[in-house]
Amino acid sequence: MGEAIVITSGKGGVGKTTTSANLGTSLALLGKKVCLIDTDIGLRNLDVIMGLENRIIYDLVDVVEGRCKIHQALIKDKHFEDLLYLLPAPQNSDKTVVNEEQMRKLISDMKPDYDYVIIDCPAGIEQGFRNAIAGADKAIIVTTAERPAVRDADRIIGLLEKEEHIEPPQLIINRIRGHLLHEDEEMDIDGVADFLKIDLIGVIPDDDQVIVAANKKEPIAYNPDNRVSLAYRNIARRILGESVPLTPIGSEPKGFMSKLKKFFSVR
Amino acid sequence: MNKRIQQNVMIKGTKDGFMLHLDDSCSFSELLKELEVKLSANYQFQENDPSISVKVHTGNRYLDEQQEEKIKEVIHKKKKLFVVEMISNVLTKDEAKRWKDENQVTTVTKVIRSGQVFEVPGDLLLIGDVNPDGTVRAGGNIYIMGQLKGIAHAGYKGNNEAIIAASVMKPAQLRIAGQVNLSPDQYSKWGHDLECAFMDEEENIIIEKLQVLKKYRPNLNRLEGGL
Repeated sequence: MGEAIVITSGKGGVGKTTTSANLGTSLALLGKKVCLIDTDIGLRNLDVIMGLENRIIYDLVDVVEGRCKIHQALIKDKHFEDLLYLLPAPQNSDKTVVNEEQMRKLISDMKPDYDYVIIDCPAGIEQGFRNAIAGADKAIIVTTAERPAVRDADRIIGLLEKEEHIEPPQLIINRIRGHLLHEDEEMDIDGVADFLKIDLIGVIPDDDQVIVAANKKEPIAYNPDNRVSLAYRNIARRILGESVPLTPIGSEPKGFMSKLKKFFSVR
Repeated sequence: MNKRIQQNVMIKGTKDGFMLHLDDSCSFSELLKELEVKLSANYQFQENDPSISVKVHTGNRYLDEQQEEKIKEVIHKKKKLFVVEMISNVLTKDEAKRWKDENQVTTVTKVIRSGQVFEVPGDLLLIGDVNPDGTVRAGGNIYIMGQLKGIAHAGYKGNNEAIIAASVMKPAQLRIAGQVNLSPDQYSKWGHDLECAFMDEEENIIIEKLQVLKKYRPNLNRLEGGL
């Protein structure tokens, strides 16, 4: 029996979908059988980040309304033999066509066949959010270290704490920019974790390569040399129960020589 | 018979009106009848007499609302008499519970998060933070062992004596009874530890170091004897 983990944040644009894609990929790389579910009905994009958008035939709404079987709607990721699947959202409906009961049933039908069912939640706290958390056993909150995002994360944690079927949520702080940490411009990692008072499961540095990877239709997690990829893989290992220490994110070395040194010392 | 009437309903004059003592061992209908007789036997009021307030003391008898109304009706039949207060030695469990709730400290370990409103009838002891956009509301005092960064409303039913104390006092708003105190635009990074808020005589909310409380609210001390 697998676990259903919902990836949520409240605020939009903090990296829920990127996190879902990369965690799913990282877990599959560790040999787990994973299904990603995009619940952002009407504004899907998990399929794009996974590079699977041209292969959508059926979607989430077709499944819950019985127009097709679950396995018909699932898209297999070709990087793996039989480990990573995506259940896409429709682009031409809205979030109210699905209800919580349908989501609960769908996810409990899928859990026996997978190690992890990862649910990508839409932004906001309306029906789409309620649907996404309905079937989940665990929740991961994604936030950036900015006040608006942290405030929304706080609100979401409050809503999740009321749901008895979900374990206490865990936190990922995304897009940490090392050079700002020392200038007191951003809330630092400890500040965010202290404020939200939930367990921190990972910290993801900010890296342009994430955008490059998204445009290449391949999650960054496939690139073994990237620090973002490493951070996601570490989170995946923590989800599996291993204890992996957090890698410190300091400021980038400033001078040319130190950059050069760093360049050669990578790997 | 005459003697018993005197025992069941006793009228006492005080400087602000009458005090009616109703015996609690006879039946209610008997009591009503005797009350009526007793009152009609009294002095006939004139048109321009001042009205007289009456306090009704019912002893150990419990009266429900209908019965209270009936007694008031009988008394109000005599013009110029009006009931200001019904006093009883007994309470129902519900009333007792409400009374207890309003006078007890509710202890919770929780972070009050954005969008959440936490309300208690009596005093609140919160072991945790109140985050921005979170609200705590108490009928009595609010004590926060943590950071107050949201809104705290003490004495929300109109208790001006209520206070708010927090380990770290950086609230968005403080409210006591009907008064609101807005936060400064920017809190300094340090300071604001162990502060309290209370209302002064001019109904302004004052924020001060915790040690002044002893002076302004001596009744908060419930320790008897000791140091």
